[in-house]
Amino acid sequence: MAEFEPKVIAFVCNWCTYAGADLTGTSRIKYAPNVRMVRLPCTGRIDFMLLLQAFGHGADGVIVSGCHPGDCHYTAGNFHARRRWMVFRRLLDFMGVDLRRVIFSWVSAAEGAKWAELVNTVVADVRKLGPYEAFPKRLAGQLKTVEVA
Amino acid sequence: MEALQQKARTLLQSGAVKVVIGYTAGSDAERARALFVRNGEQTQQLIWDDRCRQNLAAYLIKPEVRALGKPALVARTATLRTLLQYAVENQLADEAVLALAVADGQVVELPNFAAIEEYLAKQPRGLTPEQQQELAKMEALPLEERWAFWSAELQRCVKCYACRAACPLCYCDRCIVEVNQPQWIPVASDPLGNLEWNVVRAMHLAGRCVDCGSCADACPEKIRLDLLNRVAAQEVLTHFGAEPGYSTRKDYALAAYKPDDKEEFIR
Amino acid sequence: MSETRILQKASLDGLFAKLTAAGRRIVAPVRQSATALEQCHAERVEFEEVTTAQKIAADYIQTIRPPKGALFPRYEQMLRFKIGGKEVQAEEIKPEAKPTVLFGLHPCDAASFATLKAVFTWDSGDAYFEPKLAHTTVIGLSCTKGDAYCFCTSVGGGPGDTRGSDILLTPLDATKYLAEILTDKGKAVVALAPELFTPANGQAAPALAKIAPRFAADKLSAKLPALFPKGEIWLEQSLRCIGCGACAYVCPTCSCFDIQDERQRYSGVRLRCWDSCGFGLFTLHASGHNPRPKQSERWRQRVMHKFSYQPERLGVLGCVGCGRCSRSCPTDMNLAQHVQSLAEMPA
Repeated sequence: MAEFEPKVIAFVCNWCTYAGADLTGTSRIKYAPNVRMVRLPCTGRIDFMLLLQAFGHGADGVIVSGCHPGDCHYTAGNFHARRRWMVFRRLLDFMGVDLRRVIFSWVSAAEGAKWAELVNTVVADVRKLGPYEAFPKRLAGQLKTVEVA
Repeated sequence: MEALQQKARTLLQSGAVKVVIGYTAGSDAERARALFVRNGEQTQQLIWDDRCRQNLAAYLIKPEVRALGKPALVARTATLRTLLQYAVENQLADEAVLALAVADGQVVELPNFAAIEEYLAKQPRGLTPEQQQELAKMEALPLEERWAFWSAELQRCVKCYACRAACPLCYCDRCIVEVNQPQWIPVASDPLGNLEWNVVRAMHLAGRCVDCGSCADACPEKIRLDLLNRVAAQEVLTHFGAEPGYSTRKDYALAAYKPDDKEEFIR
Repeated sequence: MSETRILQKASLDGLFAKLTAAGRRIVAPVRQSATALEQCHAERVEFEEVTTAQKIAADYIQTIRPPKGALFPRYEQMLRFKIGGKEVQAEEIKPEAKPTVLFGLHPCDAASFATLKAVFTWDSGDAYFEPKLAHTTVIGLSCTKGDAYCFCTSVGGGPGDTRGSDILLTPLDATKYLAEILTDKGKAVVALAPELFTPANGQAAPALAKIAPRFAADKLSAKLPALFPKGEIWLEQSLRCIGCGACAYVCPTCSCFDIQDERQRYSGVRLRCWDSCGFGLFTLHASGHNPRPKQSERWRQRVMHKFSYQPERLGVLGCVGCGRCSRSCPTDMNLAQHVQSLAEMPA
């Protein structure tokens, strides 16, 4: 039986973390291939629903990453995002969603090494946690007919 | 009740208001229902007791009720907070509603936002000990048990949107569930769709919810939606010091920020 | 056609075992257990799959969710599709019609299937509904008590009404039921365990709930067309309605649905999901025009549909008087009270 390989979706901002991940690549730093990147202009644009959608599509872990506070390309997007995440995390935790599978970070365009280290840590942690079976999945992805009274 | 009925009569007779929106006895001993009093005779049906929980402010956005003319609104604390939150969100003009607070058998007329602010400043604030205990009890449960509880609760959700309809602050002309390009929130009441709907509503209300509990009261399945809104409200209060509905100052916590907002979870 | 037998309550486990052995799924009203917060959910009764009679709610008045879910579920997959290159491959999903015994439905619920059937077999038979109905057997349970919300006797039903039941059980005392075997499906159940259905020897007539009729449905139906244009009536009645879907979703005879495609980019499923005529956008056209923009028009539609259009066009009332809508309505609309006042209006 194949060892479990976690699927991790990363929602990252274009100007910092995405550029940082580019730097990881150009620096030829090896890191776990389990991450699929979704590029957005700014963390401020990341709707919290996207995280739920990621899990609903089968992600085992989610990374959300952007510019450091004070460095946002749009001045304040990450400040808004930060507040949103604080409330969202509390709500998720209260409902019993596994917060160990949701990781937030600030990774700048210069932090290629940090990105690699972050991804490697997250993938290793999620691998230990196993697939996120408890989380409900999109109907379209389910194979069996579902009828609910 | 006498005082309330008398006050309603006076207001209608003088023409100060065209309708008094209050409560009357419902279908059984535990229920009250909204009443739109437009003449002196009807005032006798007004009641005021523990059954009067529904947040009547929700009717202020209903076109058929607006068409009745200037209302007086029998308001408990959460309803008064709703009026101030409407002011913050530009949904209600000052003096458009005459709020009637009932306490110790007396009726207090609150004709404008300033009066409501002043009145609310004297009311007890914060969660009751029972409410705190409930949150603590939930948070003390291990992760799997919390998830098991909420999975079971949300499995019962039939997506009737009674919670949305009962909430005065859910007034979007085109709610997110009605956006179908793309269909953000699935129509079907499957587990993922139910989770997404209830989370989205809690987040869209975070920093705005006045904890009236009408959502949980309205839910035909008696899902504890009020807990979700309460937990989000607690987080907003703890970290951003914001408690909606006590002033007309515009400080929606999730549209504002401080450069030094503190958190420990961002790597 | 109907025969009468005695069925001991103690025999139910044995009957269920025979039903299960014969490949039938059994759905019955079960009292809900308390949750982590020790809520009053224990007061609630809902239909669940069972294998023994242990958990069946002994004497319940009504569930919150209706039994229509067994025939017309909250959401149902109709087909699966894949988009590849220039082609769309669609795979129809044939509904799994598991032979089912619905045990313990009150007469109002048993009668509700006639309305659903009228809608779903109106011109062409519904491929998702018909097989399920064909494979469903109803063992009804007469009502020994009701509450202020029940109004079956106003809509042609009653606490001991046999319509829709294949076997109707009536409690004679704490230990046994009178069992009326009403249809071939009922006989088939008895044939699985004939020793459990003993002869009835003219037992004393059981005491059923007293539900005084509040109005006469046929007179109401005759009156409604004339009331249709009187906008002020509908406006007044619906002032406190907030336009949610609770009444439609808990109603055993409501059958409006929405078709939704849920996709994962290149693959997806087509679903049929419950919908409610109370929603503001229910009748919104693609052009942007909405023929029922006001709640008063949607309320009128609800009443007319159930008490005028359906009887006129399908020959069945759209209401069985179970009272669920009124119990669940967040604003205490109480359909029976409204309809009664319509019935009492001068023509």
